[in-house]
Amino acid sequence: MSGILFLEQTLNSLQFGLMLFLLAAGLTLVFGIMDMINLAHGSLYMIGAYLMATLAEATGSFWVALPLALVATALVGAALEVSLLRRLYERDHLTQVLATFAVILIANEVVRMIWGNQSLMLNPPAGLTGPVTLPGGMQYASYRLLIIGVGAAVAVCLYLLVTRTRMGMLVRAGASNREMAVAMGVNIRRLFTIVFALGAALCALAGAMLGPILAVQVGMGENILILAFVVIVIGGIGSIRGAFVGALLVGLVDTMGRALLPIAFAKLFSPPVASNLGPSVSSILIYVLMAAVLFLRPQGLFPARG
Amino acid sequence: MLSLRDLSKSFGGVVAVDRVTLEVRAGEVHALIGPNGAGKTTLIHQVSGSLPADTGQILFEERDITRLAAHERVRAGLARSYQVTSLFRRFSVLDNLALAVQARSGSSFSFWRPLAAERALFDEARDIAARINLTRVDIPAASLSHGEQRALEVGLALATRPKLVLLDEPMAGMGLEESKRMIDLVRRVRESVTVLLVEHDMDAVFRLADRISVMVNGRLIATGAPEAIRRNEEVRRAYLGDELAA
Amino acid sequence: MRILLVALVAAAFPWAMHALGQDFYTSFATRVLIYAMAAASLNLVLGYGGMVSFGHAAFFGAGAYIVAILAAEGITSLWIAWPVAVAVAALAALVIGAISLRTRGVYFIMITLAFAQMMYYVFVSLKAYGGDDGLSLPGRSSIGLGVSLSNDFVWYYIVLALLALVLFLLHRLLHARFGRVIEAIRENETRATAIGYPVYRYQLLCFVISGAVAGLAGALIVNQTSYAGPTLLHWVQSGTLMIMVILGGVGRFWGGPIGAAVLLVLEEVFSASPLLGPYALHWQLPVGLILLAVVLFAPQGLAGALAKRSQ
Repeated sequence: MSGILFLEQTLNSLQFGLMLFLLAAGLTLVFGIMDMINLAHGSLYMIGAYLMATLAEATGSFWVALPLALVATALVGAALEVSLLRRLYERDHLTQVLATFAVILIANEVVRMIWGNQSLMLNPPAGLTGPVTLPGGMQYASYRLLIIGVGAAVAVCLYLLVTRTRMGMLVRAGASNREMAVAMGVNIRRLFTIVFALGAALCALAGAMLGPILAVQVGMGENILILAFVVIVIGGIGSIRGAFVGALLVGLVDTMGRALLPIAFAKLFSPPVASNLGPSVSSILIYVLMAAVLFLRPQGLFPARG
Repeated sequence: MLSLRDLSKSFGGVVAVDRVTLEVRAGEVHALIGPNGAGKTTLIHQVSGSLPADTGQILFEERDITRLAAHERVRAGLARSYQVTSLFRRFSVLDNLALAVQARSGSSFSFWRPLAAERALFDEARDIAARINLTRVDIPAASLSHGEQRALEVGLALATRPKLVLLDEPMAGMGLEESKRMIDLVRRVRESVTVLLVEHDMDAVFRLADRISVMVNGRLIATGAPEAIRRNEEVRRAYLGDELAA
Repeated sequence: MRILLVALVAAAFPWAMHALGQDFYTSFATRVLIYAMAAASLNLVLGYGGMVSFGHAAFFGAGAYIVAILAAEGITSLWIAWPVAVAVAALAALVIGAISLRTRGVYFIMITLAFAQMMYYVFVSLKAYGGDDGLSLPGRSSIGLGVSLSNDFVWYYIVLALLALVLFLLHRLLHARFGRVIEAIRENETRATAIGYPVYRYQLLCFVISGAVAGLAGALIVNQTSYAGPTLLHWVQSGTLMIMVILGGVGRFWGGPIGAAVLLVLEEVFSASPLLGPYALHWQLPVGLILLAVVLFAPQGLAGALAKRSQ
């Protein structure tokens, strides 16, 4: 396989992985600190994308719409947490799964009612619609480079937030031992709401950035949600670092698998077999990866909990 | 009957059980005492099979059970009770005991015959309930008083007809009256079963034990008859202090 | 006594509908019966066994696909197709259960979900059998004996008989030694091990039985709708089955059937009702709200509420 193709797929992996990280980070924090399985996380991603599309249309500018969409989704997230989700923290996982599943149904329908069934258009910012020539002569979509840049920047900011700020310390304490954090007088309720809102904003960012590439439609949340769960299981629940490594790993395995496997299979098997096997095996690769991690290291790669 | 040889267990950098070698003779009540965090419960976990040993051997009736699965050890005659009450809370007392009897009487891969029809099972469960002085057998285990729950804890272990029973702080959280009843119960139990007793209640220990072993910081520092232990300098310093002035 | 009443109503239903000229409802009722079976199978492993399996749709969908695939290959006799569907579903449950049951808690949920997704992608990739679009079933399985299952009347009774048989067998199983052990494991797994039960083996067998019954329900659903598509295996379908179980009452014997009936009736009422008018398309919204309400305020489900009333 050519070097250019390889480089392109590597960049795609990075792009996909970093966006997955945005989703996984919020999810793993909520799971790690509040011990809550939140299936509605994907719905926040969807809402973020929809709000972004609408605001971009209304304001005519990608860059003006983006912060607005982030704030709006964060508010939706906070409202959701305060009104409903905080009742679920003490409940068992099954209850949380069912309740947040109900939220998915409700969110999907509300979005359908407001925006209809058609998918929305979301355009990349002006000036970034074309390819860029990288050193070495390769062409790569400039927008995708932006995604990589934004993703990396957010990752760094999150890292600094979690390791260098007081709030970050509280978050880490809460993730590794909630009772102890409460016993030390941390205002848990406010911390939870903030963490949740932050997670929602990250979802919105992922949704807004991926909107131009993937379709903005009802149900987009469900597909990516399951990948985010795979990421946090692999990375270790409650760990941002784990979410980062896990997301890059999943992004890599998935993207490379989809690109390389059909080629490899075509060399090994006959064309009809290869064309059938290739896509299906690549799809299940990340699940095989997750099953393997669960088997060998059930706590994930970087467990946050003691 | 039970032989622990060089048994060790570490968690990360912390050594919880440090090369413990211990013998429990058939028919005796052997008490294991020591300060909190000495590793007693970790030791019990290793013997019962809930935790794998890092190094060392566990021999039960000459048989090496170090790698044997927990439920198999129960089948072999090694039962335990828990320090933190662990019952089938929503099941009735009778059902709790019947479950344990059921486990050792035939296969439970039985899908057709109604359990209610097995009188023998429930009769035996009633017998055990009587032996542990529980009269109200049809109420849920969760509704029992603390003392009664602790008795049921022991009862569940007994129902498996063990040869040796590991009692992990049976007197935990008990007042004077309840403790006396538990001491009586253990006395009755030891008539047919060998007992390894982990306890903090020194009164009970000195009344019940034939021999005592003392664990401090994961190590076994003394084993012997109660009087010898009482007078042992190292033990007094590490654990007993001035409590037990003869 | 109540069971007899329910049985009478169920038996008389198609005649009543025919008399009223509403044959469509017989078909709808058949669908309810099939989902009742699927939900009951999930209730076994989830309600009684305490295993939160988020991949149950995999067995349901596999059963459906096997029947459709066999039909595409020329095998339409239900005496062959249905047992094979059940066997394949049971085998899938054995493999998935054997691996998943090594984990606990949320990891178990996640890994069952992952396996279900794997099966989803496997079936989507079968281009020869419809791929993304799924596979249609040209006609109902043939039973021989001179009877045709294409007759909705006959079909209803076949399904009813199978459901009754399954429920009867489940009832026996739950009241036998096996059922008691499964519930004990759900109550306190550590203690169950400590009194000598090989917990893993019991859970695995429970999982396999549950998967097999789901496979049977799948074989029935493909006959009912004449179509086997990948969405049958999607995790959202697993969620739907879970909703049924919780609505009906998790761990209660009639929880599965009641939940299936309630959810499907609600779906029908909301989507066809003049009440909602133009909003009828959004029937999932009131369903979601009801589910939320049940989860938060009535976790014992409807069967639980009924039981409390009769106390």
